[in-house]
Amino acid sequence: MTTTRVPQGADHLRRHGRTTAGAPPTKPTLPPGVGWADERVGAAKGMRFLLNKVFPDHWSFLLGEIAMYSMIICLITGTFLTFWFVPSMGHTVYDGQYAPLQGVGMSEAYKSTLDISFEIKGGLLIRQLHHWAALLFIVGIALHMARVFFTGAFRKPREINWVIGTVLSLLAVIEGFAGYSLPDDLLSGTGIRAMAGFMQSAPVIGTYMTFMVFGGEFPGELIIPRLYIAHVLLLPALLVGLFTLHIMLVVVHKHTQYPGPGRTNDNVVGFPLLPVYTAKAGGFFFIVFGMTALISAFVAINPVWVFGPYDPTQVTAGSQPDFYMWFSDGALRLLPGWLEFTVFGTTWSFNIFLGSLLLLPLVWTIAGVYPFVEQWITGDKREHHILDRPRNNPVRTAVGVAAISMYTVLALATVNDILAIKLNLSINDITIAFRTLFFVAPVVSFWITKRLCLALQRADRDKVLHGREAGIIMRSAEGRFEEEHEELDPYTRWPLVQYEPIRPLSLTEGPDVNERGVSRRRQMTHRLRRSMSDFYFADRVEPVTPAELAAAHHHGEQEAIEAIEQHSDPVNAIPGEVPHGRHHDDH
Amino acid sequence: MTKLPALRRSPIALVVLLLLGLTMTGTAYAAFKPAAPVNPMEQAANASEEDIETGRKLFLANCASCHGTNAQGNGTAGPSLVGVGAAAVDFQVSTGRMPLAEPGVQAPRNARAVNFSEEEIYQMAAFVHSLGPGPDVPEPEYLDASQGDPANGGKLFRTNCAMCHNSSGSGGALTRGKYAPDLMNVTPAHIYEAMQTGPQSMPVFNDDNITPEEKRDVIAFIKDIEEGGSSYGGHSLGSLGPAGDALFVWTFGIALIIGAAVWLGRKAS
Ligand code: HEC
Ligand code: HEC
Ligand code: HEM
Repeated sequence: MTTTRVPQGADHLRRHGRTTAGAPPTKPTLPPGVGWADERVGAAKGMRFLLNKVFPDHWSFLLGEIAMYSMIICLITGTFLTFWFVPSMGHTVYDGQYAPLQGVGMSEAYKSTLDISFEIKGGLLIRQLHHWAALLFIVGIALHMARVFFTGAFRKPREINWVIGTVLSLLAVIEGFAGYSLPDDLLSGTGIRAMAGFMQSAPVIGTYMTFMVFGGEFPGELIIPRLYIAHVLLLPALLVGLFTLHIMLVVVHKHTQYPGPGRTNDNVVGFPLLPVYTAKAGGFFFIVFGMTALISAFVAINPVWVFGPYDPTQVTAGSQPDFYMWFSDGALRLLPGWLEFTVFGTTWSFNIFLGSLLLLPLVWTIAGVYPFVEQWITGDKREHHILDRPRNNPVRTAVGVAAISMYTVLALATVNDILAIKLNLSINDITIAFRTLFFVAPVVSFWITKRLCLALQRADRDKVLHGREAGIIMRSAEGRFEEEHEELDPYTRWPLVQYEPIRPLSLTEGPDVNERGVSRRRQMTHRLRRSMSDFYFADRVEPVTPAELAAAHHHGEQEAIEAIEQHSDPVNAIPGEVPHGRHHDDH
Repeated sequence: MTKLPALRRSPIALVVLLLLGLTMTGTAYAAFKPAAPVNPMEQAANASEEDIETGRKLFLANCASCHGTNAQGNGTAGPSLVGVGAAAVDFQVSTGRMPLAEPGVQAPRNARAVNFSEEEIYQMAAFVHSLGPGPDVPEPEYLDASQGDPANGGKLFRTNCAMCHNSSGSGGALTRGKYAPDLMNVTPAHIYEAMQTGPQSMPVFNDDNITPEEKRDVIAFIKDIEEGGSSYGGHSLGSLGPAGDALFVWTFGIALIIGAAVWLGRKAS
């Protein structure tokens, strides 16, 4: 990887990192219960071969793999299910083992789902595995996406892979929805009914669209065979194809790494892909499979026989989709009814349209374009292979948390009825509270997160300059008590000082008025960029410069301040520019 | 000798103790929980004059402040009970809903608040019955779940009840803090009477809507769920549908996997 690197403020520290990479190994200790089992069964030792050096880097790099392995589990168990599932809405009467449904009329799809659950050996376990793995797939994606976002792993050259990831997450959600709709039970039918409503809310073309998809009036006899082909053929093909591309790009770009001694923008510290990676991948696959199987053996999911067969005249309290569709359903529950109105004899259902046909594409579009927006604001066209610590980009982190808070409010609004009975609250009050929170939560969480990040950065500065509290209280001759501070070793210090501060355009470009006080003529887009840049980077905490560090170490307080004044960069210096007269003396 | 104290201090001992404690409290609670009367009541139409008279006295002492001395109603304090029938009185009083403890959005079921003997309830029911004809307490033959058809009951339940009580009978929310309660551990008589009298926000399902035999089917369906007839596949997570699944997967599910990964990673390096 070749990049033109600009020397950074704390570059000298990297030299230390390079000479003595690798901290002394620490002996792992096991919790007592686990240790007991390990000594007798050798559980962990047995896995050691497979898992040797599994996680050289960081546990958060595993989140994507949880998604990957859950997807594979879905593919395997799904294939098993296709052997018995009958994707037909043809009518039949149940005569199987489950007494409370004997003699009840239902579709063949629902009957075959009951048969898989009650007649086929191991069928219920496989069904539950398939569904739990599907949920874990999307949890994995969501957490993986959050990891990539908050560490800035989406920056050049990985923007395209971020876009691929966004598409993957959308496909995963659609795949999940299609699967959830197949058994034709009361809940899945209610879900399809909602989907029909979404489509009908499209202005002008809504009715035509619904008739096309359902082959006539809802529910018709076509929707389940159609969803089936989408679920077992079309979407998996797209998912596997895009996923392969996603992983190939990870290989091409090489994996990012967290900042640490010896880790530079031009290397990757870790273990060779072969054979360690193969063992690692295999081992972790078995862990995910094992845990999912354990959950599926003990916890029921989607007990379709409890819900009953779908019948358009029936509905049950507590009808919710799987959690990944919640935000849309929740938006519908929060949108006020007056958004539906009639003009010239046609009905415009904006109360549904906004929360579905508009919201769904909007969320994924915003996610997809974010890297490009951030790049445009920073103007940073360099490659980045070292991850950001989330605190070192406070506004990005805060924007992410605000977005998550908004999404969570919408998602929780979907379970307003469950919250009402479980917490003894009025559903009307909950709705009002969520409507308010939808606007308040992002603002408050943005503010708190940003302040928290800045405070953490200041704490880092403090630690670097004054060392960490040693826990030793010293009494001086005059009787004053003071806590000893222990200087950080270079390995600990490096991650705290390595980042480069991004300064807002108003500082690097100079003020908006020229020397004569006449405002500069700038393009609209540039003015927008300047204000966004201020929004992101006006409040910031700069990393400790070598001069500051040297001053803090060698001289008393007073002298330190003088030293800082002499040596430190002028406030508006171009990032990375080496100031004259910088020196560093080792002690 | 030295082993025991060491064992007592180990964290496993704490877990075992905690589990034991929880199990024992649970069992004790179940044992002491006052059970609602199970035997069906005699028909109020057959009540004697003394029963009605005793019932009137009980009513005057306990109910008249809200329902009026002749059960004709007392403004907003309580509605008229003329014509509500013995079934309504038995349902309201023996589930602990009446006498109303405090005004609220809905009178809650409260088995521990039942301060009347079965006989006293019968007497009050007979008194209210004597004021005007209404649904009588159900006949025993319609309360025998073993004679009902749970499959037909399930169909009726999903059409008529599931929108409020959930298809698994686990309850649901209504507007402004009202709710349809969970139907587990409700006696057959109370299920029948609830359908027949439609307490509070619940609609009345008279014998033209749902015949007595069909009511028995519904009872059979609810009792089948209660006895675990639908619990396959493991823990039901409170029968809350996808909400329970979501809570589980975002807490235990993902924590289990990440935890296992981190632990094995630590162990192997
Ligand atoms: C504190 C006031 C209060 C007292 C005391 C009280 N009730 Fe009620 N009762 C009410 C109210 C209010 C309602 C209406 C509840 C509703 O439908 O929401 C009601 C409803 C009822 C109903 C249902 C009527 C229907 O239309 O189905 C019956 C039966 C009843 N009460 C019986 C009794 C009996 C018997 C007693 C005495 C043991 C009693 N109540 C004591 C306030 C009271
Ligand atoms: C409109 C919603 C609604 C429908 C439909 C409905 N219920 Fe109810 N049900 C309620 C409410 C609300 C209550 C609580 C009444 C109270 O507390 O007095 C209730 C109470 C009950 C109770 C008493 C439970 C207890 O805790 O003592 C039973 C039993 C019951 N319903 C059965 C049924 C059955 C069976 C059906 C269908 C035939 C049905 N309900 C239909 C709303 C409904
Ligand atoms: C089908 C679902 C997905 C699977 C199976 C998956 C799997 C993976 C795996 C295994 C890696 C490499 C290791 C890692 O960093 O975790 C990875 C990297 C990456 N993923 Fe995904 N992912 C999925 C969805 C997503 C989503 C939703 C996004 C974001 C929108 C995304 C963005 C990225 C990016 C940018 C990288 C490179 C990050 C780096 O190298 O640090 N992926 N993915």
